[in-house]
Amino acid sequence: MVEGGVLKVSVWRGDAEGGRLERYEVPARANQTVLDVVTHIQRELDPSLAYRFACRVGMCGSCAMVVNGRARWTCRTHVKKVARDGELELRPLANLPVIRDLATDMAPFFDKWTRAQGTFQPKDSPDGTVPEEFHVVPPATPKRQAADAGIECIGCGVCYASCDIVAWNGEYLGPAALNRAWTLVNDVRDGARKERLEAVAGDAGCHACHSTQSCTERCPKGIDPSGAIAGLKRTLFWNVFGIER
Amino acid sequence: MSASHRLAAAPASRSTRAGTHLWVAQRVTAMILAIAVVVHLVTILIAVRGGLSAAEILARTQGNGAWFAFYVVFALAAGLHGAIGLRGIAAEWLGWRGRGFDLAWLAIGLVTGLFGIRAAYGLFA
Repeated sequence: MVEGGVLKVSVWRGDAEGGRLERYEVPARANQTVLDVVTHIQRELDPSLAYRFACRVGMCGSCAMVVNGRARWTCRTHVKKVARDGELELRPLANLPVIRDLATDMAPFFDKWTRAQGTFQPKDSPDGTVPEEFHVVPPATPKRQAADAGIECIGCGVCYASCDIVAWNGEYLGPAALNRAWTLVNDVRDGARKERLEAVAGDAGCHACHSTQSCTERCPKGIDPSGAIAGLKRTLFWNVFGIER
Repeated sequence: MSASHRLAAAPASRSTRAGTHLWVAQRVTAMILAIAVVVHLVTILIAVRGGLSAAEILARTQGNGAWFAFYVVFALAAGLHGAIGLRGIAAEWLGWRGRGFDLAWLAIGLVTGLFGIRAAYGLFA
């Protein structure tokens, strides 16, 4: 986008009852993120616009929205990379209830992390006490590497909003919760492996995944939730024959 | 009290177990089908290209226990694999979920398998 030009921005305005796209004209800058555009609209054009952000540098994951049909972190998305003929269409994250405008209710997303037993359950300290010795987990071991691959998830919901299966089956746990479960299944310090595997199995769990891999394609952190889900399926497959992997 | 006991009980554990078993059954039947379909097609090609008559084919299949056993496994694998696949599609597109539907699909898979077995038995007996 050229300095001095105008961006034509359509923003979804509404609430849980429904809404419509409203058009705004925003001055184009040489260097401008989509979050800058949203902030300009809210500060200069329409203070009633609801949206969410915190860190602005890709650490918190709260500014995710659907930009021109694709879920993204708006703070790390340059307008010049996504605008089509100077036009942007901004919608709230898909597959989540809308609170207002661009702000979605993330509760169902995090409720599924809980359902997937996404909490670390220390094996060495059943009552939450600090264990006497640190557990040594060598970085080169396969389990540690499998856990490392998914540990950087910040829960932005981009994968969840990009997942077709979540759209078809509201009960499906979704890529982020299953990725979290897979990191814990591989955490040798964790004592709840059996319960967790049971929680993520079945038609609302990893077995619902079609491996279409939108989650892996769209994850801003480069995590592979689809691979994590495949790992859960593999582990559960051998479990049925009594083989612990 | 152990760490694991502090976790909330997994919801609907019976249905998750059924889901896992059906999924495993579909993967295992897929492995069987991958081999069985190849054997089936190669056998047909050999029989046709070799110019075997119906009587010559019957002479080879009648009383051949190994041949019959192969087709029993093949037919059951095909029936179950297809039914479990349709179950997944019906769950997603029509919302047909739950134990009742699972049992119905299992029955459909077994009946489909029995049709195949009946056909094979016709050539065996």
